Amino acid sequence: MRRGLRVIGIALRGAPGPFAIGIGSAALFAGMTVASAFVLGWVTDEVLLPMMATGEIDRDVLLLAVALILGVAVLKAVGVVGRRLGAYFAQFQLQARYRRDVTRRYLALPISWHRRHPTGELLSNANADVESAFFVAAPLPMAMGASLLLVITGGLLIVTDPGLAAIGFSIGPLLGFANWFYQRRMRHAATVAQQARADVSEVAHESFDSALVVKTMGREEAETQRFRATTEDLRDKMIRVGRLRAFFDPVIEALPNIGILLVLLVGAFRVRDGFLTPGDLVQFALLFRLVALPIRVFGWLLGELPRAVVGWDRVSRVLNATGDMVHGRASGDGAGGAAIGMRDVGFHHPSSERGDLAGPDARTTPTGAPQPMDGAPERGPDAPEDRTRGIDSVSFDVDAGRTIALVGATGSGKSTIASLLVRLYDPDHGHVVFDGAAVPDLARDQLARHVAIVFQEAFLFDDSVRDNITLGDDFSDAEVEAAATLARAHGFVSELPHGYDTQIGERGATLSGGQRQRLALARALIRRPRLLVLDDATSAVDPSVESEILRGLAEADLPATVVVVAYRRGSIALADEVVFLQDGAVAARGSHDELLATVPAYASLVTAYEQQRAEDAAAAAHAQPPAEVPE
Amino acid sequence: MSTATSTTMADGPDGSEGPEGTSEPDLPRPTGGVPDSGDGAWRTLVRGISLSPELRVGLAWTVVLALVATAGRAIVPVAIQQTIDGGLGTNGAGVDLVAVSRIVAFAAVAVLITALASGWMNYRLAAVVETALSNLRVRAFRHIHDLSMLHQATQQRGSLVSRVTSDIDEISRFMGWAGLNLITAVGQLTIATLVMALYSWQLTLIVLVVFVPFVLVARWFQKRLTVAYRLVREKVGDMLGILAETVVGAPVVRAYGIEHRTQTRLDGRIEDHRRSAVRAGTLSSLFSGSGELFGAIATAAAVVAGVWLGVGGEVTAGTVLAFLFLITLFVDPVLIASEVINEGQTAIAGWRRVLDVLDLEPDVADPGEDGLELPPGPIGFRFADVAFRYPRAGETARNASGPFVLTGVNETIEPQTRVAVVGETGSGKTTFAKLLTRLMDPTEGQVLIDELPLDRLRFASLRRRVVMVPQDGALFDGTIADNVRMGRPAATDQQLELAFLELGLSDWVEELPRQLATRTGERGGSLSAGERQLVALARAYVANPDLLVLDEATSAVDPATELRLQRALAGLASGRTTVTIAHRLSTAETADEVLVFDRGRVVQRGNHHQLLEEGGVYGALHASWVRGVGDQG
Repeated sequence: MRRGLRVIGIALRGAPGPFAIGIGSAALFAGMTVASAFVLGWVTDEVLLPMMATGEIDRDVLLLAVALILGVAVLKAVGVVGRRLGAYFAQFQLQARYRRDVTRRYLALPISWHRRHPTGELLSNANADVESAFFVAAPLPMAMGASLLLVITGGLLIVTDPGLAAIGFSIGPLLGFANWFYQRRMRHAATVAQQARADVSEVAHESFDSALVVKTMGREEAETQRFRATTEDLRDKMIRVGRLRAFFDPVIEALPNIGILLVLLVGAFRVRDGFLTPGDLVQFALLFRLVALPIRVFGWLLGELPRAVVGWDRVSRVLNATGDMVHGRASGDGAGGAAIGMRDVGFHHPSSERGDLAGPDARTTPTGAPQPMDGAPERGPDAPEDRTRGIDSVSFDVDAGRTIALVGATGSGKSTIASLLVRLYDPDHGHVVFDGAAVPDLARDQLARHVAIVFQEAFLFDDSVRDNITLGDDFSDAEVEAAATLARAHGFVSELPHGYDTQIGERGATLSGGQRQRLALARALIRRPRLLVLDDATSAVDPSVESEILRGLAEADLPATVVVVAYRRGSIALADEVVFLQDGAVAARGSHDELLATVPAYASLVTAYEQQRAEDAAAAAHAQPPAEVPE
Repeated sequence: MSTATSTTMADGPDGSEGPEGTSEPDLPRPTGGVPDSGDGAWRTLVRGISLSPELRVGLAWTVVLALVATAGRAIVPVAIQQTIDGGLGTNGAGVDLVAVSRIVAFAAVAVLITALASGWMNYRLAAVVETALSNLRVRAFRHIHDLSMLHQATQQRGSLVSRVTSDIDEISRFMGWAGLNLITAVGQLTIATLVMALYSWQLTLIVLVVFVPFVLVARWFQKRLTVAYRLVREKVGDMLGILAETVVGAPVVRAYGIEHRTQTRLDGRIEDHRRSAVRAGTLSSLFSGSGELFGAIATAAAVVAGVWLGVGGEVTAGTVLAFLFLITLFVDPVLIASEVINEGQTAIAGWRRVLDVLDLEPDVADPGEDGLELPPGPIGFRFADVAFRYPRAGETARNASGPFVLTGVNETIEPQTRVAVVGETGSGKTTFAKLLTRLMDPTEGQVLIDELPLDRLRFASLRRRVVMVPQDGALFDGTIADNVRMGRPAATDQQLELAFLELGLSDWVEELPRQLATRTGERGGSLSAGERQLVALARAYVANPDLLVLDEATSAVDPATELRLQRALAGLASGRTTVTIAHRLSTAETADEVLVFDRGRVVQRGNHHQLLEEGGVYGALHASWVRGVGDQG
């Protein structure tokens, strides 16, 4: 409840203008509602009863009655429209504002934070959670107006007949208790249902994402069963929510009615004793109905509160998430490639066991207990076996303008080093150095301007080819074309229906993997970075095209230090030097030929094809000699 | 009197008289993907309910309960009227306390009964609706998996997911809140009208006449609201699209320092959404204001007419007073119903999207029970005059008119052959693999396995014997063991370990933090691309198929691992047929047969040495590959 009030406070402060209009209008509406009760009371006493008693119609009085009814109604209508407009404006203003805030956090929080939170969760946080947090804005002006109504009518009732008013208001505490009870139960039910909903979404996401595997493995039925299980869990939890509501709604509806009946009964005594006129009693009953309304509105508001609290908790967890990278102010400017290095760098990715919104414990937490809404607050120190591999202690230096190849077996830490060099992560210990400065000292824009990485999985935006290369920065058409040519992308781009202005759709779905990689490469090249990191960036490109690209890069004489993660000897050949990694540490370093001669593990890794070909050649002694015999 | 009522109810939500009224749901739209049937709201509701028979279970009983529950709302006005007319002695007879007590006691019992009815109805409704929707979810989920890759590919994945998640959530919210309100509103309207008519048919008539113009106004708003809410939905979609991009592309955004640009784009879509939502809200607010006015006009008319009739002795003062209460009972549900329908637009649109996806016929259908079984033993296959072109929107595979991706493929592969498929990107290799595994059907010609037409084979039989390992070894969030076990659900841990041993991958597994129990993370994200491929291979391996198709399945592992895998797979190839698509030609060098693809045709066929001698396309490919791996730099 207190947390609910906090959400309301945040909402009110977040959109004061619309709420002022909404609440003012709601007050007008409330006032006019009271007025309309008076009008009807007056109509009863001064119009209906006398005219029917005397059998004469006083046209002027009747017209006055009509004018009063309509006049009050017009003001009431203005109140309704204003109240709802205020509520809508406030609600959507708050939603938009917090969506902007949440997405700003997404953009600011480190990649390691992103890795801990599944895509689906982040999507629903900026969408559904923000929405549920501020659903509460919709009934808020009405509730505020209604509380005014409550005060006014309460006052009037007390003035009219304090005794009768006391009897009527005796149902208040009952309503309050029912509400409190409902809140307690509902909050937990709503939380677990929300979590179940997220689970359903995750299973569907994953399953449809892997549709190819599902098909090729004939797993449709098994997947359907898996989905059914989560779905039925959601169903059961939703039914529980529905049942709570089924219990609560009639209670909140019936209590005010019981109150009115009490008032009628007692009122009849009062009329007999001459304390009240029948008109007073009618007015009283009407007013009492008006009291019931604010109570119901509060019911709606309170009904939204648990959801709002859950939503707000999830939103504020993102807003309060820490671990932002702090950037210094150093400049990275300089001529040609940068001298880079790593000094005793260690880094392990956080465990993949993600703490999701509500872990299994939260689901069974007894009613009312504080819910660990996220469960993924910053994880404690990971148990050693929880940690996936990374690198332990890596040191190396690369002189300005040199090209090195990072070579190692699958899972030896090459990509980790690539990510650390461009500061996607900060190391657990040790330093990454750029031109003598520690990378964290570089200013944010300096880092982006002078350092570029191309990932193996090329990510493209739903935008034009050109914008995917320039990323909105100012580059001339000639520069775009030159970069694309160097990345061997110009050819296929020219054949697209609108060339560089072709829209490439969601994640570049219309392009092949190799084409995507070439565009991603062009994106890096056009920036003429002083450090270029290629993380197996041409793995999906046809070998012939790949060798063209690599030769092109070598000949283009880029003003850059280049770090290439590669397997193919063509790529390795491009490098001045090789850093050979084994199990997250540098095992050897030197020219390709040196390593080949002195490091057996290296030799067996990179010459695997040749060895096999030699074996095959020996085996197939009768056949023609192989194309060439390396080694 | 119920004419006005039913008009509001039946036509209000429909709006189907507009040009977008009805159209053939099965005709795909030129936009491709899941066609938008454009059904009117009412038609969608009817179709939706008929597709979920669970919703109708005990519906009559629910409606009875609803009527009882709503009847309760008339209790208090009636009690007040009775008290004033019969107990307070406004007719000069003095206060009759016994009568008042009796009236109040009756009313109290009635209030309790209606509260019970209302609770019971809510209870039933929650169970019925959630059960029906849960089944609908599962059905739509299964149906989407039954759709071919082509169908799935035309949709954004997020949009497919939303059909089994948020779209149905919207229906649930709609049915839970609004649906209930709608039922009670209809009930209340009926009962208020009935009670009013019992009191005085003249006054009732006047109220109904006043509401005729309101119906017209309501329709005017309804039309504009439909458009406004549709716009809101579009803007939500746009916003989610760019949001997904921001989240999935976080590393790129970070690495290139384009946070500012990304934020600007996001802010733009967020603001667009806000504007559209506020516009719809404004319309809806004005609409409820107009309802308030009409309520007052009806009240004023009732007072004037009541006085007039009362003076003439037709009605009593109590009747007119009761009427004034009853008018609120009449106005409320009209407003509520209109609002429900407005707010329900989103839900109905969601329902329509779910129905539209269910309407799609799976184009690569399982012949099911009528299908053929593959005979046991090794399998060979044959492509007979096969051509493939991608269907444009609205076409099926058979009448596709896109450019040819594959033409005139006539190849027979004997059982137990190791086949390598090579060629440049776009030469048709992957299409060949997809046709062979029946992920797609050819536009022309036939694919036969063991001389049986592929499209006559039961999926159960086909998928067990023919397994493909796709390039991106898509993994599920779970342990490595879970992922491998998908290939053979009954496999024991020992069998899984054995599989990795036989593939020569035990040392890799040993180094993992928790060996086979290591978690793969969302979409396998905790493993490198190469490691994901290793898991996918093991998964295919335990499935023990007779025809194994590998689509660049080892492109991301290091050469040493790849060769190790190849040796392992080669050893296992005995007794089975393998088709390997690879751009590393090391595979081709060891294959029994190499198929060389170029621009959608098979241009060369033979073993490595024969082809090398022939030169041609293969010669060029091989030369460039050798340069790549062999240059001494």
